[in-house]
Amino acid sequence: MSDMHAHSVAFVRETMLPEQEPPASEVGVVHWMRENLFRGWANTLMTVIAIFVIYKIVAGAFPWFVNGIWSTNSLAECREILQGTTGGCFSVLTERWNQLLFGFKYPQDQYWRLILAFVLLGLAAAPVLFNKLPKQMLFFTGLYPFIGFWLIWGGTLLAPLVALAGFLVGFAAFKKVEHQSFAMGALAFLVAALVTWFLGGFAIRSAPGFLALEAVPSRDMGGFMLNMILGVVCVSLSLPFGILLALGRQSDMPIIKWICVVFIEFIRGVPLITLLFVANVVLAYFLPPGTTFDLIIRVIIMITAFASAYIAEVIRGGLAALPRGQYEAADSLGLDYAQATRLIIMPQALKISIPGIVNVAVGLFKDTTLVSVISMFDLVGMIRGPILASTEWNGVYWELWGFAVFLFFIVCYSISQYSQWLERQLQTDHR
Amino acid sequence: MKKSVFFGALTVAGLAAGASAAATLDDVKARGTLNCGVTTGLVGFAAPDANGNWDGFDVGICRAVAAAVLNDPTAVEFVPTTGKTRFTALASGEIDLLARNTTWTFSRDVDLKFEFVGVNYYDGQGFMIPKDMGVSSAKELDGATVCIQTGTTTELNLADFFRKNNISYEPVPIETNAEAQPLYLEGGCDVYTTDASGLAATRAAFENPGDHVVLPEIISKEPLGPLVRHGDNEWGDVNRWVLNALIAAEELGVTSANIDEMMSGTENPEINRLLGTEGNLGEMLGLDADWAARAIKAGGNYGELFEKHIGENTPVGLSRGLNAQWTDGGLLYAPPFR
Repeated sequence: MSDMHAHSVAFVRETMLPEQEPPASEVGVVHWMRENLFRGWANTLMTVIAIFVIYKIVAGAFPWFVNGIWSTNSLAECREILQGTTGGCFSVLTERWNQLLFGFKYPQDQYWRLILAFVLLGLAAAPVLFNKLPKQMLFFTGLYPFIGFWLIWGGTLLAPLVALAGFLVGFAAFKKVEHQSFAMGALAFLVAALVTWFLGGFAIRSAPGFLALEAVPSRDMGGFMLNMILGVVCVSLSLPFGILLALGRQSDMPIIKWICVVFIEFIRGVPLITLLFVANVVLAYFLPPGTTFDLIIRVIIMITAFASAYIAEVIRGGLAALPRGQYEAADSLGLDYAQATRLIIMPQALKISIPGIVNVAVGLFKDTTLVSVISMFDLVGMIRGPILASTEWNGVYWELWGFAVFLFFIVCYSISQYSQWLERQLQTDHR
Repeated sequence: MKKSVFFGALTVAGLAAGASAAATLDDVKARGTLNCGVTTGLVGFAAPDANGNWDGFDVGICRAVAAAVLNDPTAVEFVPTTGKTRFTALASGEIDLLARNTTWTFSRDVDLKFEFVGVNYYDGQGFMIPKDMGVSSAKELDGATVCIQTGTTTELNLADFFRKNNISYEPVPIETNAEAQPLYLEGGCDVYTTDASGLAATRAAFENPGDHVVLPEIISKEPLGPLVRHGDNEWGDVNRWVLNALIAAEELGVTSANIDEMMSGTENPEINRLLGTEGNLGEMLGLDADWAARAIKAGGNYGELFEKHIGENTPVGLSRGLNAQWTDGGLLYAPPFR
């Protein structure tokens, strides 16, 4: 029978075939391109158009970068060297580098202070941003506002020390009467701090040269540094204010509730630029002639008020998203309002609010360029005013604005990436 | 009782404020610096250089006043102002003098309560177009898109001109001169209009200035001058006569080069009076005898300032035109120093 079988079946394979490579069209780059770029005639057409556009942009911009000139002293010299060929005149960036970063009036031999303040800012911000770092570093974060102020504005070290002492004395007073009630504690804090600052004022006046750095008035701040100062200060101030406003808006006490509602709705109903004009122009009429209330502080107050109102609404959204059960659970544990808010409500509400808060922070940072319309020389103000109005650089646009875009992109993109990382870190639900 | 005390205190405060506002000269001397409002940057007229030192034609006026009053041309605190903030800065007392190519108009002088101390540049509004547009007169610009700075007198002049000639236009509003340049070059508007001095400076910065022409029509009078607050005539006089001293010095041939020689006495009694070697003009102003000499030394006489910052040998390249001395067919005519 086996013979029969051998005849009826022509061929029997006795070994396995070696594994073959999949067809070239189903793996690697080719497969990916077929799947993603050339799937159907419509996709193919779109891909071809996109490639053409990209090619046009690159082909146009590439010689502009490569032929760029970095070492001349004026636009006219650039044009002389280029002789009509395409090329960027990046010399404006190298020649006015310090002005773009620090403004045009900060004393040049004091730039180290700004750089040091910037480096220390990174050190101070790190433990707040990354919770894996040792908690002891937070001590430095608390000191940083005073160190940063002293480094940037200069003057005697006593001024920030007295400010710091005021907070410490106030905190001690708060601790002493905290057991009576929170409100009493807050009042004690205020009184103690004010007394300390008042007394410290005499000390500052009597020894203005104590460990003094060269004092730099606010009017001399400028460049990207001014954007950074405004952005960092206003974001860090508006977050606590925003939380308080959001809680106040949910409060059962009518006066607090209505103050918060009116503040938030008023600020949200007014454009930021109007508030800046008020800070710059209108306040000057109310103050007696000769008094100069620091312009940067006026602007910081206005931007902070503006950002606080927006952050308050974002956080209110977070609070509203918490299930009712969380509040009730906190109550059933016997926690009072402050404890429940601090331990149960806020951590969850803030986590929900992260994307919104970051959105406001990025928008706020970009909005700091609006100060250029009230004749402050931030990065945009420097470019629009002094640099483009100098006889050497009148007519350079793409290079300067490109640089500004680049700087802002770096900062804003980093903020956005950080927030996404933070969301992943805090993700505790197993979705 | 309490109320009357309160009102009394308010009155005293008001009087003190009024008194301090009235004696700007004393304030400036006590402070030791002159707060001078300038532009945030205009080629040739005012801009900080790479080291942050302000320089320019308007800046020269600030420095001359500081030299006359404080004996130090560098004792100036420059306060940059925009077209929108300049008048409030002056009215609120933040600055003592505004030298920011501001057009002298009736309403600014009378209604806004300022005092223009003179004219340091006679300007007029003109039009610039690309050469290949083939237009030779502004009256042929029917239907054109026009780049125009908002919040300035040029905006109103433009509307007047086109209405008068019964032709239409489409305005493209812009904020600063720096914004207008790329917009105009990339064809965002057919015509760019601003003061003729600004057009010349803008055109000079182009890669191919020859491709663009400034039309012959000048459609407005724009006398640009420094101004101070209304109601402090002593301070106004100081500024007015510092400006006149610079103009008169050119007319009389006093330059920063030969002034030391002339201060030892000349045959011309007017020069002697100007430089304080004769008469007591300085005393009348509340200054010392050398006030005008110091102002002239600070940056040179009017002609020297003009040549250095905006004259034909600078990138701005303006000719004297209306701003020549009256003896050369221009409008500069300083009253006599007597």
